[in-house]
Amino acid sequence: MSDVVLRTERVHLSRGRRPILTGVTLDVARGELVALMGPSGSGKTTILRAIAGLERFDTGTIVVDGVPLAGGAPIPPPTLRQLRRKVGMVFQFHCLFEHLSALSNVCLAPVHAHGVAPAAAATRGRELLAAFGVEHRADAYPRQLSGGEAQRVAIARALAVDPPVLLMDEPTASLDPDRREELGELLQGLLRQRRTLVVSTHDEEFARAFATRIVRLKDGVVV
Amino acid sequence: MRRLSHVIAVIVAILVGPANAGHYVLKEDHARSYVGSGFSRALSTAAATQAPQVLRWAGDPEGGAPFVEANPARPDQLVGFDVEIADLLAAGLRRTPEFLNIRFDSIDQSVARGDADIGLSGIEDTPARRATMAVTLPYYEFREVLSVRDGDAARFGSLADLRGKRVATLAGTIAYEILVRAERDIGLRAVSYDDDVHPYSDLVIGRVDAVLLDNVLAERRQRSVKGFTIQPQTIAVGHYVGLLSAANIPLRDAMDNILRTAMGDGTLERILRKWRVWNDDQPRLYQRLLAGEPVPPITGLDTSVSVATMSKWDATRSYLPSLLQASVVTIVLSCLSMGLAIALGVLIATGRVYGDRLTRMALLGYVELIRGTPILLQLFVLYYGLAAAVRLPAFIAALLGLALNYAAYESEIYRGALEAIPVGQLEAARTLGLSERQVLTLVRAPQAFRLALAPMTNDFVAMLKDSSLVSVLTVLELTKQTQIFATNLGSWVIPGTLCAGLYLAMSLPLAAAARRLERRWKTPAP
Repeated sequence: MSDVVLRTERVHLSRGRRPILTGVTLDVARGELVALMGPSGSGKTTILRAIAGLERFDTGTIVVDGVPLAGGAPIPPPTLRQLRRKVGMVFQFHCLFEHLSALSNVCLAPVHAHGVAPAAAATRGRELLAAFGVEHRADAYPRQLSGGEAQRVAIARALAVDPPVLLMDEPTASLDPDRREELGELLQGLLRQRRTLVVSTHDEEFARAFATRIVRLKDGVVV
Repeated sequence: MRRLSHVIAVIVAILVGPANAGHYVLKEDHARSYVGSGFSRALSTAAATQAPQVLRWAGDPEGGAPFVEANPARPDQLVGFDVEIADLLAAGLRRTPEFLNIRFDSIDQSVARGDADIGLSGIEDTPARRATMAVTLPYYEFREVLSVRDGDAARFGSLADLRGKRVATLAGTIAYEILVRAERDIGLRAVSYDDDVHPYSDLVIGRVDAVLLDNVLAERRQRSVKGFTIQPQTIAVGHYVGLLSAANIPLRDAMDNILRTAMGDGTLERILRKWRVWNDDQPRLYQRLLAGEPVPPITGLDTSVSVATMSKWDATRSYLPSLLQASVVTIVLSCLSMGLAIALGVLIATGRVYGDRLTRMALLGYVELIRGTPILLQLFVLYYGLAAAVRLPAFIAALLGLALNYAAYESEIYRGALEAIPVGQLEAARTLGLSERQVLTLVRAPQAFRLALAPMTNDFVAMLKDSSLVSVLTVLELTKQTQIFATNLGSWVIPGTLCAGLYLAMSLPLAAAARRLERRWKTPAP
């Protein structure tokens, strides 16, 4: 496969004595939208968390756009800082910062983690919100947003630091069919920008309609 | 066996009696043992009409010998000249003495509301008490005397020598009234204590420069504390009396007759000699009393301007400035203590959430130690307990004591608030590239602070009131000043109302400001 931007190789992860991932090997090329499917407990969310550096894994390796993570040890801080520039994540429940407006949610990391001037970050933030059709909600707080709006703000927030790889955990779980369709189109738009997406989902129809590839997990391994 | 029965009696007293009310029963062998009043009521009901009537007398054993104290050899027994005078009065009235353990500064109120028939605990005769209560004939004449460090004996002979110096005494006494006048007239600084032990220990270690108290207290303390000299000059003369409610005048008159007889037949002399407080002043006093001469309550202090003899309005006007001044002490102390408590509380909470195991254990230990022990004990340890190593000024000790105590409670509020922020938000912040410090300061703490604001406001208002505890460290704040006003006035109505008004004037704007802040910071509802 040419231009692999994300590679996981024989990733094992256990919680206590319970194995969660039992050798996940996966290559994702730039510009792909990979749908990770599988029953609950198959390890979909866990592998996304491991790729995002939120979960320490026991053995194996993960490489995200040239940043290598090794199993069995905590990620060294310099590596973690590099990783944060390479991968963004949109959580199932969006996890927006409740005390900040939609626009401030989007601008927080560019200003404080990447040193972007607040005015420039705000301009870029509004552009992102506009691109996802929620610019009119820029001043609203998370509790005032609908599920679909909150998800779009969360995607805008993740993209504000411009990561080449975007991970999404169960993005369709709380959407009605119309909103699901809109999300699919939005993700297609991101693909056109040559972004790489790995999306965990239970939604076979959504995956078939929008993913470039479906990868199935069962009992912590790709089948 | 007998000791065991006393222990059981004390346990019964705790279980069935009011918290601070015990009494002793004079047995045939004159051993006195505490039993609860509830228990005694049960007994007296059983004994029905044969039981002799009791004479309930209030005293404070904390005042100690020679007045009233627990017998060092038998802590369940009371001894002291006031105990023997209570026995004398009860015997004369053919009643059984029953002791009520009442804090010294509450004896007046306790007697006025009828808890006790008489208060006897080195109680001073004052114009206020004469105006609002019924006092017995004075049974002892004392002199207010100045005590100074041995090295200062030559230069501090009288109050006039103490301009700009700190002079200690017991709050709510004649000596305190003298010092308050001297503050104005001479320019010394009156320092009020809640007990008569620490003025002398603080004198010796240099926290104060002199102590003004009566000769009985001074001479007693000189037996246990070395390093101070009692000056010969008499600053004022006063008397100990029994204190009854104004409605109890017939009982008071009966007691006066008993006291007159005891003055005439030498009984009082025997009692006072036994307790080593007899001197030449007493026969002269008894002669005047037996001859029917009037004896003024105090000599050496102009009582014509006492608040007890003023109109309520004038008394209020004369005390209002000192109450306002005490309010400033209360609000400044509370604000500074709360500021420090918040800062320490944030550090403790952060350490408990983010620290390593050792840090978390140490901080948990601190929080549990502070929460598990009384704040009064902590204040005492900080001010008196550590005096040999660190001699903190009273205000600083009060500020630190309150702040260290409240920091433990604040830290628990902040820890709970920090842990209430969903983990998902923290992980989202991490994946965006924020450092752990930024996650804390930009995401977690701002939301936690909003959650903590309401309980913090609550604690601030509580701190305003808890700051009254620091009067035990000689800091004269609002409650203490009110108590002094009430004692001198002989009534709690006006001082209590003013005090409540001042506390409300401080706490209500605070609560309103906190509500405004909460509204402003509250994230809009859906």
